[in-house]
Amino acid sequence: MTHRRLAKTIILSTILLIGLSFISNTSLAQDGKALFNANCASCHKLDQKLTGPALMGVEDRWKGNRANLHKWIKNSSAYAKTDPYASALVKEYNGTVMNAFEGVLDDKQIDLVLDYIKNWKPTVETAGAGGAGAKAAESDNSLLFGILTLILAVVALTLLQVNSNLKKLSDDKSGIPAPEPIAFWKNKAYIAMVIVVLFVVGGYMTTKGAIGLGRNKEYQPQQPIFYSHKVHAGTNQINCLYCHGGAEQGKHANIPSVNVCMNCHKAINEYKGEKLFDAEGKEVDGTAQIKKLYEYAGFNPAKAAEWDASKARPIEWTKIHNLPDHVYFNHSQHTKAGKVQCQTCHGEITAMGEVKQFAELSMGWCVNCHRETKVQFKENGFYSIYEKFHEDIKKEMDKDEADLIEKGFKKENIKLDTAKYFNKITVEKIGGTECQKCHY
Amino acid sequence: MDKKHWQSFGELNNSEAFQQSAKNEFNEELPFEADDKGFMETKTPRRDFLKYLGFSTAAAAVAASCEVPVKKAIPFANRPEDIVPGVANYYATTYVQDGDAVSVVAKVRDGRPIKIEGNEASPITGGGTSARVQASVLDLYDGARLRFPTIDGKEVTLEAIDKSLAEALPSAGSVVLLTSTINSPSSLEVINQFKTKYPTLQHVTYDAVSYSGILLANEATYGKKAIPSYRFDNAKVIVSLGADFLGTWISPIEFAKQYAVGKKLSEKKLDMSKHIQFESVASLTGSNADDRYLHRPSETGAIASALLAALGGAGKDTITDKDLKAAIAKTAKELSEHKGEALVVSGSNDKHVQVIVNAINEAIGAGGKTIDWSSTNNARKGVDGDFAALVESMNAKSVGALLIVGANPAYSWFDAEKFKAGIKNVKVSVSFNSKADETTQLCKYVIPDHHYLESWGDAEPKSGHFSFLQPTINPLFKTRQWQDSLLKWSGATADYVSFLKTYWGAKVGGENGWNKVLQLGVMGGETATSKVLTDLNIVPATVALSSAAYNAGSLSAAVDATKAGQTGIELQLYQKIAIGAGQGAANPWLMEMPDPITRATWDNYLIVSPAMAKTLLGIDLDNNGQADSYEVNPPKHVVEIKANGKSIKLPALIIPGTHADTVGVAVGYGRDAKVGRATVDEHKNTVGANAFPFASLSNGTVSFNVASVTLTDTKDKYPVALTQTHNIYNTDQGNRTEVMKELTLAELKKDPTVVLDDREEEAKPFGGLANFRKDATIYGSYDKPGAKWGMSIDLNACNGCGACVVACTAENNVAVVGKPEVLRFHDMQWLRIDRYYSGDANNPKVVFQPLMCQHCDNAPCENVCPVAATNHSSEGLNQMTYNRCIGTRYCANNCPYKVRRFNWADYSGADSFPHNQDELNDTVHLMNDDLTRMVLNPDVTVRSRGVIEKCSFCVQRLQEGKLKAKKESRPLETGGEGKKWDLKVACQQSCPTEAIVFGNVNDKKSAVTAHRSDNANRLFYSLEQLHVLPNVSYLAKVRNREEEQGAEKKEHA
Repeated sequence: MTHRRLAKTIILSTILLIGLSFISNTSLAQDGKALFNANCASCHKLDQKLTGPALMGVEDRWKGNRANLHKWIKNSSAYAKTDPYASALVKEYNGTVMNAFEGVLDDKQIDLVLDYIKNWKPTVETAGAGGAGAKAAESDNSLLFGILTLILAVVALTLLQVNSNLKKLSDDKSGIPAPEPIAFWKNKAYIAMVIVVLFVVGGYMTTKGAIGLGRNKEYQPQQPIFYSHKVHAGTNQINCLYCHGGAEQGKHANIPSVNVCMNCHKAINEYKGEKLFDAEGKEVDGTAQIKKLYEYAGFNPAKAAEWDASKARPIEWTKIHNLPDHVYFNHSQHTKAGKVQCQTCHGEITAMGEVKQFAELSMGWCVNCHRETKVQFKENGFYSIYEKFHEDIKKEMDKDEADLIEKGFKKENIKLDTAKYFNKITVEKIGGTECQKCHY
Repeated sequence: MDKKHWQSFGELNNSEAFQQSAKNEFNEELPFEADDKGFMETKTPRRDFLKYLGFSTAAAAVAASCEVPVKKAIPFANRPEDIVPGVANYYATTYVQDGDAVSVVAKVRDGRPIKIEGNEASPITGGGTSARVQASVLDLYDGARLRFPTIDGKEVTLEAIDKSLAEALPSAGSVVLLTSTINSPSSLEVINQFKTKYPTLQHVTYDAVSYSGILLANEATYGKKAIPSYRFDNAKVIVSLGADFLGTWISPIEFAKQYAVGKKLSEKKLDMSKHIQFESVASLTGSNADDRYLHRPSETGAIASALLAALGGAGKDTITDKDLKAAIAKTAKELSEHKGEALVVSGSNDKHVQVIVNAINEAIGAGGKTIDWSSTNNARKGVDGDFAALVESMNAKSVGALLIVGANPAYSWFDAEKFKAGIKNVKVSVSFNSKADETTQLCKYVIPDHHYLESWGDAEPKSGHFSFLQPTINPLFKTRQWQDSLLKWSGATADYVSFLKTYWGAKVGGENGWNKVLQLGVMGGETATSKVLTDLNIVPATVALSSAAYNAGSLSAAVDATKAGQTGIELQLYQKIAIGAGQGAANPWLMEMPDPITRATWDNYLIVSPAMAKTLLGIDLDNNGQADSYEVNPPKHVVEIKANGKSIKLPALIIPGTHADTVGVAVGYGRDAKVGRATVDEHKNTVGANAFPFASLSNGTVSFNVASVTLTDTKDKYPVALTQTHNIYNTDQGNRTEVMKELTLAELKKDPTVVLDDREEEAKPFGGLANFRKDATIYGSYDKPGAKWGMSIDLNACNGCGACVVACTAENNVAVVGKPEVLRFHDMQWLRIDRYYSGDANNPKVVFQPLMCQHCDNAPCENVCPVAATNHSSEGLNQMTYNRCIGTRYCANNCPYKVRRFNWADYSGADSFPHNQDELNDTVHLMNDDLTRMVLNPDVTVRSRGVIEKCSFCVQRLQEGKLKAKKESRPLETGGEGKKWDLKVACQQSCPTEAIVFGNVNDKKSAVTAHRSDNANRLFYSLEQLHVLPNVSYLAKVRNREEEQGAEKKEHA
């Protein structure tokens, strides 16, 4: 039950978030943050050195000259040749130049990012431990219920025994010949009762076990490299799509190839963040993990310039999310067309050390979400071919408007909330629970 | 309209066995051993059954048990920028097989080419393909391909072989390069370079089935040793003297496309071309003809000559047969009425016949109209006489070295023994063939060539039309392109890729231009109607059609050379559309594709006419008992064929539409086992027999007509796997034969709504067509709010070629089951092309109907499934869910179209249990090795044993197409005025004539809606009266004949 509640909460909060992001379309600071996260966060942090320098106070370092900064951001390698500060910066980072953002970000967008950096202040993190406590309390309850049931059962059994003994005594007294007492383990009624109980409990457990075959919720295998999503996606705020770009393009989200790791790790060769712990609670040496990556990549930090990327070996990760062969799943359908957040299915990935399977990945779980999730009916032009639904919505809105007019409202004052109507179109309504959406 | 269509002789005569088999809809034998002792005494009594049940449950539980296998996810070390795992890439390349070059697009998933699609930018094929093009991707993964270079059969390195040949070649004496037709301009340039190193090099082109007759005749009359471009689309009257131009003649994809232009009807203008075919053995082209006349093969010259005479030319009329005389007069009348709009072609390889045909075409003004000399066809350039001379000089020991590219004369030359004797005299023999074929086995040095999907290159199928090759996969084996070898041996330092780039560099405008032509795949050509070109803003230059100067000098000699027909039995050798001259014989997809005419799979056979069946086999088709025993039992009479001192034994099939005294045998069979495991049957016997030795050389060209043939019934029987009668099923509610509607043009002109009226009549019990849908089902009607999928097939455009059948197999991982299983009715193809006969039983009219799941909106299969494994989607799809299916086959039972297929065994290795395939035949194993399985489409489930499967309307493509539109946030487009295609189903994409149109019928402007509404008068649904509301519609077949179908029926009655 908790999980369903949790899933519901997450779905709700996702929807809320999507909603919020629409409302805040005009808010510039939000925009700057989004642009920063999408374009800069993979190499820069605000208060910490990453592949690139920490960006807090960048304008002070550039003496407030935004024009120069613009030139640098748009084409850093060209600009570095003209400015001594910039060329020193390139040298400091082993000759790695920043990506050119010419054609990616326009002047206005760069200004937004710079504004965001300027106004950013470090925040103190507050840890919320409520969830875990609540969970523990619940499991205590069930134990309590179990013990109570057991005690009551024993009491009932004893009472029954006492009852039969008393009956026997009274019968003896009134001289009614009574049959020899039968020990309760030989009593057919008891045996039958036990068998029924065993059958029901056993059947329930067998069925549950059978249904659960092949399902691996909470599966958290040990990986060849202790790769922490908490460090990368959480602390350092690297966009999911930076590494898993396939999620918006096709079926597979894709595990990044070694060269993607090395984009940043050419410069970052030691781990200095907060302590890392694996699933058993043992401490993990982050820098050693980066060394393992270097082994796969064939990279020697001392001779960085001589690195030959083509000599890299692929890393054999253990696959966590496995679907049966007869299931077709396409990431881009969900992330790009459906605008579903990664966290909806993968859980709070920004808080995971090594990744574990968050969702059950069962058919019931899929179908449930398809029943509840709203389609991007208004936003996505594809759904204009659903003429029938558009007509139905229009009819319903006209009817509601007529009702309100009847109640005495003036037509020009009526403003119906269109979202309310469009939200009725769930994935199920457009055929999302039909067999051949996922099985073919 | 003619109501009487028949698929088999039993059906024609309504014989007892036919009635029996029609009632018994599942003809498969049950895989249980039954005896008459009753249930408890049988070999597997109840207790055993329970034991097995208990054991298998326990075994399944253990096998699938708690231990979850650990899977690895291994990313690229360095991911190439344009490759996203799980997303298909499409590369334009060119299918090259001997002289055939077809522009295609290869679909590559995760580094593996898995499907070939036609290149819609090609002005020649416009995206059309053939069965062989579709099947070519399987050849890439053929286990019989040679994997490394050899000297005397021992593996060596390329360096070693280069070194050895660098010594051997210069000292060998005269060097001969023997190739099949090469139409790659850069390869010809490579040969020229090789010539500078070996100035005495002689280049001989050898084609297994050559067009020497046409080449020599054109040299004589037009001074050009070339094949012109034929323009069937400009012809109102097409006369073919035995040319199978829709199946195997010169450039069938191109011709099929052009032919369909003349055959497609528009309701505004009821006008179509007329096609008259003279032939001896029933062919695909003859079956599509409006009029077909039968004659002896030896009469071809006489008919051409008589036709010329009838047109007022210098021919002579020696035809005595009354019917033929009338036919020629009628044909001449049609031709003279359409001068400048008519075309005569001949399949004869006799120079004299072709000279007369040229004279006819001059007489009817075909030059510059239906015959275009501005561009010539490069499909075949070989002249038989040249090769015969080479064989002579090999035997005279005057050839020092022989380099062989593609050619396989040890199999396909009529006098192969002489060639084999000759090659023993050659000191240095080198083969570049990719398989250990009959010729390669005789060669000392073997350097196997890449498959075309691994190769770089170019092709010029027609002069001025270029098509390019680029590799779509890294070479699988240690092979090398033959061009690379020649370049190396001529001392060049550059490899073929850089040679190719240099060759094209300036011509295409440098690096950028090169990338552009590689992306598009084609360059040059006449006005293309292709939308792809317009989308890319490429305007091809318009080339005016041109004629050539005609010289009648050789005509009188040619006319004098024509002889009157011979007597006795004659044999005609022909090519099958799938097998060709033997190129398809090792490809399981092509072997299992039913031949369009005979509907036989996996075999070669003797085609005899119904009349000859009576005398030769003692089978009178009008006699119910005899017809039944022939038709119902797969074993057929084995006949010994003797001619020219050679003899082979083949089973005989009775095929109407064949001349009474002529028999036919296909070439291309009887291949060596080393060419591929598909060439031997389950008893390790060679499949079929090689018919090439029956051919002969006359006048410097090979003749495939054989006179004085002796046939003897050996009284042996041999089973042939025919699929024709597999899916027949009659019920009280109606007969399967009513699926077809066919009429003549005259009939349609007289009463344009005749088909519609007929449907109205059938729908009367349900309140007419207007109310037909309303009360169709007791379940109520459900909305189809978004897309609703529908297909429309124009039976006038479909010629039955079978490209769609193989395309479907490739796209949907349809299992190959092998001959023993086809014999047991276990064939698995989702799409079949039914062949229907009507009219005269000796020379019937033929209609082809592609039939797949009709996705009925009121589907009878859906409501009988006990586990709801098949049900209807909101997009009108009849969904089949394999993981839910428990294999009751109730659905197949209830399907009126018989399109559901049951996995009787583990054909595709999808089951998790080992030894499940042990009992299956070699063919199944052949398709299940790791190499061959690379061809599987990863987006389609590989079905396991015990489940039903059927056409899904390529649902994986529908989903992909919709997703594409969703990602771009725009409405779905499925063709129509000014719209693009987000998706095309596999059969639609492969079709050379665009007979199949598919799309969203809820879109009022989509191509499929337009196809239906523009042809409302010809539209029909098969078995519409059953009220199952199919989503596949057909356009009735119209034949260009004056008489009404009914009138003709009386004539033959």
